[in-house]
Amino acid sequence: MREIYLDNAATTKPLECVIEAVSETMRLEYGNPSSLHKKGIEAENKIKESTAFFANLLGASEDEIFYTSGGTESNNLAIIGSALAYQKTAKRIITTAIEHPSVGDVFTYLKGQGFDVIILNVDEKGYINLEELEASINEETSLVSIMHVNNEIGTIQDIEKIGALIKKKNPRTLFHVDAVQSFTKIPVSVRKAQIDLLSISAHKFYGPKGVGLLYKNKKVRLQNMLHGGGQQKNMRSGTENVPGIYGMYIAAKYVFNRQREILEHYKACKTYLYTRILNEIEGTHLNGDVVEVSAPHILNIAFEDIRAEVLLHSLEQNHIYVSSGSACASNKMSKSGTLAAIGLNGQALDSAIRFSFSIDVTEEDLETCVDVLKKQLVLLRKFTLGGKKR
Amino acid sequence: MTNVFLVKYGELAIKGKNRYIFENRLVATIRRNLKPLGKFEVQKEQGRITVEPKEDNIDPQIVIDKLSRVFGIIGIAYGTKREEVSFDAVKELALEHMKAELEHKDYLTFKVNTKRADKRFPMASMEVSAELGAYLLDEFPDKLKVDVHNPDMILTVELRNGTYVYSKTHKGAGGMPYGTNGKSTLLLSGGIDSPVAGWMIAKRGVEIDAVYFHSPPYTSERATQKVIDLAKKVAMYTGGMKVHIVPFTDIQMAIYEKCPHEQLTIIMRRIMMEIAQRIAESNESMSLITGESIGQVASQTMHSLVVTDDSARMPVFRPLIGFDKEEIVQIAKKIDTFETSILPYEDCCTIFVPKHPETKPRLESIERSEEALADCIEEMIEEAIRTTEVVSV
Repeated sequence: MREIYLDNAATTKPLECVIEAVSETMRLEYGNPSSLHKKGIEAENKIKESTAFFANLLGASEDEIFYTSGGTESNNLAIIGSALAYQKTAKRIITTAIEHPSVGDVFTYLKGQGFDVIILNVDEKGYINLEELEASINEETSLVSIMHVNNEIGTIQDIEKIGALIKKKNPRTLFHVDAVQSFTKIPVSVRKAQIDLLSISAHKFYGPKGVGLLYKNKKVRLQNMLHGGGQQKNMRSGTENVPGIYGMYIAAKYVFNRQREILEHYKACKTYLYTRILNEIEGTHLNGDVVEVSAPHILNIAFEDIRAEVLLHSLEQNHIYVSSGSACASNKMSKSGTLAAIGLNGQALDSAIRFSFSIDVTEEDLETCVDVLKKQLVLLRKFTLGGKKR
Repeated sequence: MTNVFLVKYGELAIKGKNRYIFENRLVATIRRNLKPLGKFEVQKEQGRITVEPKEDNIDPQIVIDKLSRVFGIIGIAYGTKREEVSFDAVKELALEHMKAELEHKDYLTFKVNTKRADKRFPMASMEVSAELGAYLLDEFPDKLKVDVHNPDMILTVELRNGTYVYSKTHKGAGGMPYGTNGKSTLLLSGGIDSPVAGWMIAKRGVEIDAVYFHSPPYTSERATQKVIDLAKKVAMYTGGMKVHIVPFTDIQMAIYEKCPHEQLTIIMRRIMMEIAQRIAESNESMSLITGESIGQVASQTMHSLVVTDDSARMPVFRPLIGFDKEEIVQIAKKIDTFETSILPYEDCCTIFVPKHPETKPRLESIERSEEALADCIEEMIEEAIRTTEVVSV
């Protein structure tokens, strides 16, 4: 039975060439990049090759690229690091209500540490209000952190406009962008968008888990989180994850070499699934902005009168893997930030399914998915709580 | 001189002719529990089981922890042993033991207690104790003093197939060795109560099989994994168990479709009992165990329990029947099932929980409702049992 993996916003299956690159690097370039001998230099060269590539891609310079353990660390380092570095003169920090927990929870933490935290609301499609942002930035604002593409509904913020607005209001205010979901899918130039800090994670674009990147503008000071051997200009101590970094580079290179066709493929998947589900299945609607303008790889659909987790498991029985926009209401561990922020409540909050696409998904897969959805929904809707009663 | 654990077991020693069966069971469970830690020699020795590590670097505290989770053991002493049975051997072991003990202490009161399993030994127990006491006082004149009423340390000497000396005995789990008192089938959910109920019955030496009802897609793979993890925790005390995973979705849906909603839970529980006892019967199991406690939820009122019980042909043991939730939680924490039980994976099943469950069901009324299932239920039960998956933990 073919596995149909439609949870690529959670993580992707690494490419074969990535797996090979990682294991080859482990086998051959096993030296410590800080070592003075040849083995060290070989390993360091692997990193340099990656750094040159990413710097070029982002429109940055090589000394502005730092490697981390992934999106969460990049976000933590960017936000806590800058908040602490500038806290003597500026205590206000600003973010949105729809951030990933690795941003949202960091702001909650900093609020507890005495920072003046502003959380921007979003409209029903997930966009922030630029006037509200402008009004929130004052002389004491050290940082604005805004995600590029939302992980649950795929809304894309206009980061170039936002960057320009921030710098116009207060040139000293730093701009951090969580690009974990957007990198390789939406073009990002740190110069154009006047971005000071940008977070990237490898496993969202067919790279290995446990490795990510932080772009940091040269002029920006950060308080380092990890103390130790002084690697990466003392910004992030710890021996570099050489195979992971090289694997991330190979993954990015693969995707960018075929970016146009890959993005076309995502769009085709999204349009196909969206059109068929909304036309052929009753009681469905889209969460977020219209499919043409939201991120090409994320599709969030609400299935009325269905508990998302139950639908998720029934798809799982048919080897189709998706994500529920939010977990069961009775699951106290759930965090349904985005869906609540765009104004969903009650049952609607609990009926969202996120489909996210990859290069492996075929039209037959999506056809199967629609067939299974149709069949399962008839069954599941028959047994809805509060349904018929005799 | 070698390190040794002396395992003491209580109640089973009085069980007469069957004693060797109990001891063999106990030895088997000890071996099983210690296997992941390294090599050990486990032997029966007249009212004791001796456990000797056969590898270096084995942490005695971890061994004691493992042994204190085996039913049937009342105490575990950790000490030293010599093959030779002589007063010289006693002196040597006792001297080393005292040296180690006094390394961090300036002063200690003690008494010697001797057990002579080998009655051919030329000195009487009292004599050994007295002479050893005198010898140790000579060796450490400024640091030791004898106190027979309230000593800091009781130095125990055991003379059997070898000479053993120890001073600390750790409490065991008590109860009786697994498998010495027949077999029972536990209705295991992912909750707090049922693992505790199973643990309590297993404590009396009862071998346990578990039955778990899963309802995909309403309950997830993670919920099943959680139940297996719970079974493993309970199996630490016993020596393995089988978990029968029964697919239950179709039956739940049939009940939902054909029976009054306020009676869903009670009818479901009656069918669960029926399936559990059929699985029990085909596995030489003689009874059922549930984690029910009077009045805890609607399906556990006295009326509900009576109606549920009516569907059972075999005895149903409910060891928690008079326990408050807090008391159950305390045991769950002690046996390390609590943290797993509170993982939130099974709540999608709540779709089948009626909004207003009947709290005082009458048997006649339930039986009348069940008639709606008459034409299909037998077939569905057979199908559920046929497709049951068995996992050994």
